[in-house]
Amino acid sequence: MNPKMSTEQENMLHNIGVVGFVALEMALYLDTHPTDREAMEYFNHYMRLKNQMTQEYANKFGPLTLSVADNSSKEWKWALQPMPWEGGC
Amino acid sequence: MWNYERRLQFPVKITQPNAKLAQVIISQYGGPDGEMGASMRYLSQRYAMPYNEVAGLLTDIGTEELAHLEMVATIVHQLTKNLSMEEIENSGFANYYVDHTIGIWPQAAGGVPFNANQFQSKGDPITDLVEDMAAEQKARSTYDNILRLIHDQEVCEPIRFLRAREIVHFQRFGEGLRIVQDNLDSKNFYAFNPAFDRCKN
Repeated sequence: MNPKMSTEQENMLHNIGVVGFVALEMALYLDTHPTDREAMEYFNHYMRLKNQMTQEYANKFGPLTLSVADNSSKEWKWALQPMPWEGGC
Repeated sequence: MWNYERRLQFPVKITQPNAKLAQVIISQYGGPDGEMGASMRYLSQRYAMPYNEVAGLLTDIGTEELAHLEMVATIVHQLTKNLSMEEIENSGFANYYVDHTIGIWPQAAGGVPFNANQFQSKGDPITDLVEDMAAEQKARSTYDNILRLIHDQEVCEPIRFLRAREIVHFQRFGEGLRIVQDNLDSKNFYAFNPAFDRCKN
């Protein structure tokens, strides 16, 4: 448990890790099986989920990637979030 | 180019410092079968890989190894960050501490610094992929050895994750080797080096 994080934030981060892992596993598999349509659909599904969840996480808690770092708040949240090695993940 | 995701591939949340364990686990940061060598090996080898699928595989696995490097560093960081001076003196950590305090530096468990001679980039696809498969097994054995030394569940879980990834990568590199061989003469895989010789088929 990270004292700096709410349960909701921890759960969202955990779920992004889960769908991100599935997408990566499928990507490595597809590298050596580039015509497997079923695997491609699987990859598309999980990558879409991951992008959605990363955007939701950015709106609520701050960006995990620069591509979702655009925000209307007054501070640069990218720099202010805890680093992953400090229990930020 | 690369993009950074500000999260670990697998969570690391260690609450009990343990300098002895940190000294062992740092081998997977900069040791002979560690993640630094793994990522540099695959990311260097890919330029001599003439088959797109396999060059892509080297890129993707090399990239994942950078995420593993970050996980190993995080484990060592969390195992050492709240050490007292007494623990540093009594755990054998003083030799590391004197040069690096509790910063992260790539070395093997025995103190040998990271060295590019710990991996090869031979410029020959079969040679490189066979090395990659061996590298994954050597890293898997190292994680097995580390797991026998750990009794703290918080450290075990991310190490088990890393160990499992070595097995998956071994499988994918095996498929990569098959793709390379499918592109070569089945009567003599070694007739020429497809990354160097001009005569093809």
